Amino acid sequence: MIPWLTIAIALPAIGAVAVRALSRARTPAADTAQMRRSEAATGGGTDTITQVRPARGTAAGAENAKRVAFGFSLATLAVVVAMALRFDTGASGMQFEQTHDWIPRFGVHYAVGVDGIALVLILLSAVLVPLVMLAAWREHEDREDGGAGYFALILVLQAMMVGVFAATDVFLFYVFFEAMLIPVYFMIGRYGRGEQRARAAVKFLLYSLVGGLIMLVAVIGVYVAGGTFLWTELTGSGGALAGIDTELAVWLFLGFFIAFAIKAPMWPVHTWLPDAAQASRPGTAVLLVGVLDKVGTYGMLRYCLELFPSAVSAFVWPVVALSVVSIVYGAILAIGQSDMMRLVAYTSVSHFGFITLGIFALTEQAQAGAALYMVNHGFATGALFLVVGFLISRRGSAEIADYGGVQRVAPLLAGAFLVAGLAGLGLPGLAPFVSEFLVLIGVYAFSPVAAVIAVLGVVLAALYILWMFQRTMTGPTPERLSGLKDLNVREKWAVGPLLALLIVFGLYPQPMLDAIGPAVERTAQIGTADTSAADGATTEEGGRE
Amino acid sequence: MDPMNYIVLAALLFTIGAVGVLVRRNAIIVFMCVELMLNACNLAFVAFARMHGDIEGQVIAFFVMVVAAAEVVVGLAIIMQIFRTRRSASLDDANLLKN
Amino acid sequence: MAVVTHHAYLAAEPAVATAADSPVLSFAWLLFALPLAGAAILLLGGRRTDKWGHLLGTLLPVASFVLAALILFDLLGRAGDARSVSVPVYEWFTVGGFSAGVDLLVDPLSISFALLITFVGSLIHVYSIGYMAEDPGRRRFFAYLNLFVAAMLVLVLADNFVLLFLGWEGVGLASYLLIGFWQYKPSAATAAKKAFLINRVGDLGLLVAMMIMFAVLGAVSFSEVFAAVPGASDGILLAIGLLLLLGACGKSAQLPLQAWLLDAMEGPTPVSALIHAATMVTAGVYLIVRAGPIFEGAPVAQTAVVTVGAATMLAGGIIASAKDDIKKSLAGSTMSQIGMMVLAAGLGPVGYVAAIAHLITHGFFKAGLFLGAGSVMHAMNEGVDMRRYGGLAAKMPITFATFGVGYLAIIGVPLLSGWWTKESIISATFGVGGTAGLVLGSAVILGALLTAFYMSRMVFMTFLGKPRWEEGVHPHESPASMTVPMVLLAIGSLALGAFLMLGDRFATFLAPATGAEVHHFDVAHAFTAPYGIAALVVLVLGVAAAWAIYLRKPVAETAPKGNLVTVAASRELYGNEINEGLVMRPGQVLTKALAVIEDKVIDAAVHGLGAGVRDSSSGLGRAQTGFARSYALTMLFGAVIVAATLAVRL
Repeated sequence: MIPWLTIAIALPAIGAVAVRALSRARTPAADTAQMRRSEAATGGGTDTITQVRPARGTAAGAENAKRVAFGFSLATLAVVVAMALRFDTGASGMQFEQTHDWIPRFGVHYAVGVDGIALVLILLSAVLVPLVMLAAWREHEDREDGGAGYFALILVLQAMMVGVFAATDVFLFYVFFEAMLIPVYFMIGRYGRGEQRARAAVKFLLYSLVGGLIMLVAVIGVYVAGGTFLWTELTGSGGALAGIDTELAVWLFLGFFIAFAIKAPMWPVHTWLPDAAQASRPGTAVLLVGVLDKVGTYGMLRYCLELFPSAVSAFVWPVVALSVVSIVYGAILAIGQSDMMRLVAYTSVSHFGFITLGIFALTEQAQAGAALYMVNHGFATGALFLVVGFLISRRGSAEIADYGGVQRVAPLLAGAFLVAGLAGLGLPGLAPFVSEFLVLIGVYAFSPVAAVIAVLGVVLAALYILWMFQRTMTGPTPERLSGLKDLNVREKWAVGPLLALLIVFGLYPQPMLDAIGPAVERTAQIGTADTSAADGATTEEGGRE
Repeated sequence: MDPMNYIVLAALLFTIGAVGVLVRRNAIIVFMCVELMLNACNLAFVAFARMHGDIEGQVIAFFVMVVAAAEVVVGLAIIMQIFRTRRSASLDDANLLKN
Repeated sequence: MAVVTHHAYLAAEPAVATAADSPVLSFAWLLFALPLAGAAILLLGGRRTDKWGHLLGTLLPVASFVLAALILFDLLGRAGDARSVSVPVYEWFTVGGFSAGVDLLVDPLSISFALLITFVGSLIHVYSIGYMAEDPGRRRFFAYLNLFVAAMLVLVLADNFVLLFLGWEGVGLASYLLIGFWQYKPSAATAAKKAFLINRVGDLGLLVAMMIMFAVLGAVSFSEVFAAVPGASDGILLAIGLLLLLGACGKSAQLPLQAWLLDAMEGPTPVSALIHAATMVTAGVYLIVRAGPIFEGAPVAQTAVVTVGAATMLAGGIIASAKDDIKKSLAGSTMSQIGMMVLAAGLGPVGYVAAIAHLITHGFFKAGLFLGAGSVMHAMNEGVDMRRYGGLAAKMPITFATFGVGYLAIIGVPLLSGWWTKESIISATFGVGGTAGLVLGSAVILGALLTAFYMSRMVFMTFLGKPRWEEGVHPHESPASMTVPMVLLAIGSLALGAFLMLGDRFATFLAPATGAEVHHFDVAHAFTAPYGIAALVVLVLGVAAAWAIYLRKPVAETAPKGNLVTVAASRELYGNEINEGLVMRPGQVLTKALAVIEDKVIDAAVHGLGAGVRDSSSGLGRAQTGFARSYALTMLFGAVIVAATLAVRL
């Protein structure tokens, strides 16, 4: 029995340490100047990853460190794919489980395991990380560490992302949930973009901490009420939480929900996201919006719904209302943005509205759609952020007004931009359509009004995407952009796989739906399940003390 | 022997120490006054221990002496540093953390 | 790949037949897969395919056409009610009780469309080889054309609404790419975006319709939905019907979603031919006919369809009569003709055959007219103003001849293609009977009058009269790659109507698939019946009026000021202004208002909280005076209070 999940968590963590060690073992800072000179000499034109740069010392060290980081991320991807191939789509419950005592005195375990939803999200993160590294390869070369520190942070983040999705101990989940903030804080605050990056990083940190601390209270509450942190022992009709008072369940649900709503981000606690996205490097934004925010929606499905089924009915309507507001509000604000990173961030607010709407509609189609949406949104928005990043790396600006007529000088870049955008607006044939459609179909059965308002988001999506495309890519090419370079080999490899995945999963999403299916069957019953049937459940409080 | 005598003496010493801490500016003197207060407490502890025929009061007095010794080491070092950098041992001048 | 035979929508559980049953049908998916592969190869292949890309791009639709013809013969070899065959390809997505498969429905209706799309589409491809010869983006152009054809084929071959929606949106995407093909022109980029957006509004209708179908009728496949129709309530059917109509309005440029069509002329001319003749705008008519059982269950929805069709028919005719831009005038004509088809389709089974037959003949002559217009523009240095044409007949004899045939066909000169099909629409409308029949029939006659007028105007201004060419324009006939498709289309415009309608060939073919009623087309009756005579009279009137205004007197080189009516018509009946006032400006205000709320309310609340914490902490910080002795005093007080409390409590 191979501990797949532990390997998937440990591998990037080890990688991060290795990268750090490699980038530290370098010659004095005098080489930095030399590196800058060689940078100027090569002029960015020789921009393939296989090419050995002429600079020695720091640059070569950083290059090696980055290659090691990339290698570790690929190895993680291989491990995760191998695990996914062994996943039994027929079984409900958790797979690849491992449970070890961590702090026995408080009942804290190192316990990991995945169901279909966690599996696809881990796959998503494993796919995105190497691509983000490729896209960010040249981003921090003028720094002392040549960007190796950034790559190490990405690996740290990856370990935590896998951990947060795989954790089946509520306390372990909380630890990963909070610990994720640390690498992201530095990725924005230290390696970010623009003057406002420190402020944006603090804003992100404060928002997340507020949510996290409220969740900590609820986590402790779960232990007090249920006597265990183990997810598998807490849930289900015979679980430790099955018999708890509904009022208590509502409060604990709320504790978790606030943290997840901030993370998700849901209207009206979303305002950290546009700032954070604007101040992020595109690679950071991909991981932040593509994977990290999914922890919020994943948490709603896994923790809010499954731990406190008796509280769900009290929350369904408020959450549905907030989701619908998020969809329309995010879309309308996206239309008015002048910064592409902010624009994409607002589109994500809108898309996350679809996801939460799908989760709380409590129908099988809607929840399957929502779970699939988490992955598809990661691919689509990831691709969009990467392409915007390519523009930024060329002109140093994310302002829409600084561009125009790019299609003429860089048709491949424009094409990638269009495909990613079309995926974002839910064009059939590309992956997000399937999830969006399933959400809508499922939500209609629950509330026609909510579904019809949500459809408005689909129309608005066409407006914000195509208008952005029109303003940046079409029209006459201004003189200052006439030398703009098209995608190079490295960039093609960074964004190409995402576009391919968007098309493949748009035409053949069934494998993912098969993986998600059993997990969703379990959670979709929650709204209707008879929770009073759990009277016979015994709490284990006595035995534990 | 009347334990009251010892207790009055201890209270007297403590009060002298407390007034000294409050009214004197020189850090060294304030420091000595703090020691005076600690020793007033020690005196009271030992007196009560004797009175109750119990060893615990003496043990605590030992603890206080150990802590006081450590405090002297750290405290004097800090005062030395302050004096070196600011050419003054006045407590009122050391207000960098104000606000 | 199993082939399933069933009778379109009457049987809920189709009988399963084996693939060996029909090897041709089991390859029906190649119909759209071939052009799709072409698009993929040309787009991914990059410059390597520049040399032969356009040839491959032309070959694949032709191959699709051959396959469609083979399938047609296969169907013809079957009994009338065994011609609806379901061909499952693979499972697209299935969750719980919801299932959407890539399943094809091959029946007379879909194969008629497939033949039209591939045949006219192929000719337009051939024409484009010559038309786009000088364009540096020719390979990309052919890739988009292939994508367009593939998407349209998916649309008509789909066996469920979700797959139809895939094609539906694919058509929207392809039209976006093609209308904006010369994207460096801001007007082209704007027109492309406008087309996509207005189509999206229509798609909203289709999406909601599918939600209702699944929620209420429990499925989205044609056979299951139609089987559930008898048990559904009137309100549900009405809602679905109106929503489908909204979708159809978007794609087919019917009122009130017509505004994109005239702007769509920003694309290269072959694109206009493709959009107007073979693909895109016909999708709405197809949807209404395909979803016939739903509309037949909702008479109010049918009335809405007929009203929209009639209104668009007249509005399009009026716009076409006032435009001086040859392509925009033709676009108005398309609006008008599609409106006529929508009207006929809204009549129910009596109108289906007429609507689809007119759609097919219209596909031929409208494609011919657009290609002819493209040929003229080619000769006139891409000028589109008919006031600067004139007298081109002598310089461009082939173009004139083919354009002329298309002209005679569209205005309904007896025994040409258009006459047969338009006559069946008129007969079907009057066949409704009562006041409704009279009103609708008169509307169609009025539409025919307008058609005769604006088409004559176009021909007179372009080919006849005195030349009014701009300086430096030297008209010449177009190369063979352009004229051959025009000739073929002209032949179709001449004879196809007779072929379809004589002996009721098309009606008998189409009837089992759509539940259409077979009305015998009586040639003699068409000349002697009152409506037949009326149609001929308005034909003469329309031509005569155009002759009086545009041929008898010389045409002014700049447009006259005109009166209220002509100005309104040339400004497309203020459609754009209405959209702007009702949707765009309120939308802009809303966007700005929400941006302010975001900044001043939501974000400000958070920042206010932060500022509050900061202020209170700095207030508390002021208590820290920095005097160690005052701290000591505070401590003393504290100790005294603690001691006092203890003393009191003990």
